[in-house]
Amino acid sequence: MRPEDLLCPTPKGLYCPPGDFYIDPLRSVARALITHGHSDHARPGHGAVMATQDTLDIMRLRCGENFAGRTQAAAYSDTVTIDGVAVTFKPAGHVLGSAQICVEKNGLRIVASGDYKDARDPTCAPFEPIPCDVFITEATFGLPVFRHAHAEVEIAKLLQSVALFPDRAHLVGAYSLGKAQRVIAMLREAGHDAPIYLHGAMEKITHHYAARGIPLGELRPVRGAKKAELAGTVTLCPPSALQELWARRFPDPVTAFASGWMRVRTRARQHGVELPLVISDHADWDGLCASIVATGASEIWVTHGEEDALVHWCETRGLRARPLRLVGYGEEETEETAADPDADDASASDERRLDDIEGADA
Amino acid sequence: MNRFAALLDRLAYQHGRNAKLRLMTDYFRTTPDPERGLALAALTGALSFRHAKPGIIRALIAERTDPTLFAMSYDYGGDLAETVALMWPASPQAQRAPAPACGGGLGRGHSTIEASDGVPLPVPPPQAGEGTLDALRQPQPTPNSEDEAPTLSAVVHTLATLGKAELPAQLARWLDALDATGRWALLKLITGGLRIGVSARLAKTAAAALGGKEADEVELIWPGLEPPYLDLFAWLEGRGEKPVARDPAPFRPVMLAHAIEEPELAALDPADFIAEWKWDGIRIQAVSGTREDGARMTRLYSRTGEEISGSFPDICGALRVDGAIDGELLIVRNGRVQSFNVLQQRLNRKSVTDKLMAEFPAHLRAYDLLAADSEDLREKPFMQRRAALEQFVTALDEPRIDISPLVPFETWTELIAARADPAAANAGLDADAIEGVMLKRRDAPYLPGRPTGLWWKWKRDPFIVDAVLMYAQRGSGKRSSYYSDYTFGVWTGGESGDELVPVGKAYFGFTDEELLQIDRFVRRNTVDRFGPVREVVHEPDQGLVFEVAFEGLQRSTRHRSGVAMRFPRISRLRWDKPPGEADRLEALEKILQRIERGRGAALVEAKV
Repeated sequence: MRPEDLLCPTPKGLYCPPGDFYIDPLRSVARALITHGHSDHARPGHGAVMATQDTLDIMRLRCGENFAGRTQAAAYSDTVTIDGVAVTFKPAGHVLGSAQICVEKNGLRIVASGDYKDARDPTCAPFEPIPCDVFITEATFGLPVFRHAHAEVEIAKLLQSVALFPDRAHLVGAYSLGKAQRVIAMLREAGHDAPIYLHGAMEKITHHYAARGIPLGELRPVRGAKKAELAGTVTLCPPSALQELWARRFPDPVTAFASGWMRVRTRARQHGVELPLVISDHADWDGLCASIVATGASEIWVTHGEEDALVHWCETRGLRARPLRLVGYGEEETEETAADPDADDASASDERRLDDIEGADA
Repeated sequence: MNRFAALLDRLAYQHGRNAKLRLMTDYFRTTPDPERGLALAALTGALSFRHAKPGIIRALIAERTDPTLFAMSYDYGGDLAETVALMWPASPQAQRAPAPACGGGLGRGHSTIEASDGVPLPVPPPQAGEGTLDALRQPQPTPNSEDEAPTLSAVVHTLATLGKAELPAQLARWLDALDATGRWALLKLITGGLRIGVSARLAKTAAAALGGKEADEVELIWPGLEPPYLDLFAWLEGRGEKPVARDPAPFRPVMLAHAIEEPELAALDPADFIAEWKWDGIRIQAVSGTREDGARMTRLYSRTGEEISGSFPDICGALRVDGAIDGELLIVRNGRVQSFNVLQQRLNRKSVTDKLMAEFPAHLRAYDLLAADSEDLREKPFMQRRAALEQFVTALDEPRIDISPLVPFETWTELIAARADPAAANAGLDADAIEGVMLKRRDAPYLPGRPTGLWWKWKRDPFIVDAVLMYAQRGSGKRSSYYSDYTFGVWTGGESGDELVPVGKAYFGFTDEELLQIDRFVRRNTVDRFGPVREVVHEPDQGLVFEVAFEGLQRSTRHRSGVAMRFPRISRLRWDKPPGEADRLEALEKILQRIERGRGAALVEAKV
């Protein structure tokens, strides 16, 4: 059996002909296996969806009750057979509920890893490398300049800044599913026990994390908070909100952004932030390389990101490698605010919010 | 070094003067000697390293990384120091124990690996810089690993004595021991390009704040101080005497004027004031003194105290008597003062050659005398200093240095006339290089900063055009949620009829209230977006007209319109004016031609 007979890239996403299912399909399909809840991987409107219970819950939260015709929860490490194809979900360490999907038939094993990281994250199960023949990897940070330091160091940097500027509010831009909760959990680990404020677009998902038993401490909505009350506090918001009218309700805010992109200065400057925090939910260059080696795969498929450098690296290691050039992944980040159309701040138009703020100030 | 690197890193991103000051003062407070003193030296540009050229750094990284990966990475970030800092392979001695695993998370590192057929995989030996298994699975060092990383003083002292041939190996050892930010800072430091938006003055202000002192107090004693400034920090922390200024040619903090407009003159008595021309050059302080060994020392300072002697050896050579002159640096050809545009051509050149000095002869037009011989004159009233200045310059008898003439007047009406037509007063052909008049109280002492009621500047009227807002960009810092940077254009004939061509960009001149109004207009009239920039509707019957004021105009090949404005600012919002009635490029072209012919005529005609 050739690998392409078990999983092949199509315009709709990765397709498994013998099992008749797609992994993270980009358009509506009859049967979908979903790695994790980010909107570029977990789209609504499929006939049947199989994912971890956490991912299903997150999809329900973000896309509504009727996000799929039928659902089936997959437990980590349990193998389910779909039309003769053995399917196993294993933790990917990316966000709560995230999984790699391992498909196997006739002794050929392919692992579609979705998005993953091998760095520590108190909000989700750790990444487990799975021995396989073909490893399908992302390459968001597939350049050797992306070597992320420990997130703990970055959290310390944030807390140091909070201590140094007690009269200013600290606004931390972070993707609302995963990154925001990880930052909060790590602030708690570092001993920061003051209330942490949330942008409206983050409340629901963050409370869901808390309800799942992840210690996030006292959380408060920014909505309704007095300007003076926000001095010396930390607020989590979608990255785009840093530049919106919404940010004007804070006293002299220090703008921070928690993202792997902050590793490179020109990228950090483009966002105009004052405090870049290199905290990534994707594997960095070293993590990608080490994970590839750890799977023992002899063939590597690269889905999205900086494919060229990673493919080149694989080739220098004697591994067969090819970019899949799938279009449509990696867009969660740019769609961030729009991904939560039900949240109060994000839903209003620019104009309405401007009037609100002027009204509030008057 | 890692702590200093962390400071540089924060400063590089921090907007706002006060925040930068607080970061630096906090660093000075919490960092021991001599480390903080060398940091102050680095921030004030007092350190320089001779041998560290980019070629050495390229060679080092080439030995350690895959050339294809390096090329891709360099192409992505575009900065050599940063690419090298990030790609540099981690070395075993720089490692730190992994963070404690808690909360169910995973520390880095993998369990035993087997391929699906059960055969252990051959693992090729690690090669640096390509993300290899064992070395790189370990965590990157953190800013806490100060014990192994070199200190700033170790770097400075080693580089001062190191031979060129030994540099690459030493550099490699340091890069091995530092974290990514430390490597970036080291490479920026030794190649001389910190570029973190901190002036020497700001760094001194931050150090002064450590002892609750003003920057001027530090500035006064600064020339006598040497890195690592142990006596300075001892004084600031109340542990030692104030260091004595031993420098024979120190900078003295500059006195500045407040702006005034015609209606405000009525409140002043003309008899209390003298007037002089405000020359359109660069305000400088030229100081000469005698060292203990008898040698002459002459220095030129900008008005912020940055030393610029190297750029003007022709002026330095002319000041052969002990004294401190406050004056204007100008270019004078054949006895005629040239416009600021001409001066700028000399400033733009990096190396000062004989040819450059002959083509653009520098001249010092003196306004004030702060010290003569070793006597400090600053406490004396202006008229006494003026008399001393006249005596000093006459005795010097040097064609490159002359006195700025007083503008005779008895009533404000006479001064108004002189300002409107300097050529007819006593400026003659030099009138084109005058940008207004200065009013100085006859009894004013020379005080640092901008004291009220003593000196006034009354600038000539700016040029004005009506231009149409085309693009708006979000500001930074406090203004990061506001569209506060505006690109505006004027009409010109295009292939398909009249079109707007951008002629400038401005981000000040409006009030906070007006900023809110423009911001709202931008958000409601956006026709396209490019990242942080919005294109705003600009049709003949739809859009916003700005009255733009500017000080000068130059030809420019970098702008599509072919002109570049000097100090453009938004002087009025013309909500009442349809964009179709805004100015045309031809109007700017006319102003430009008149500037080139002579400024006085330009102003008169522009007003008509």
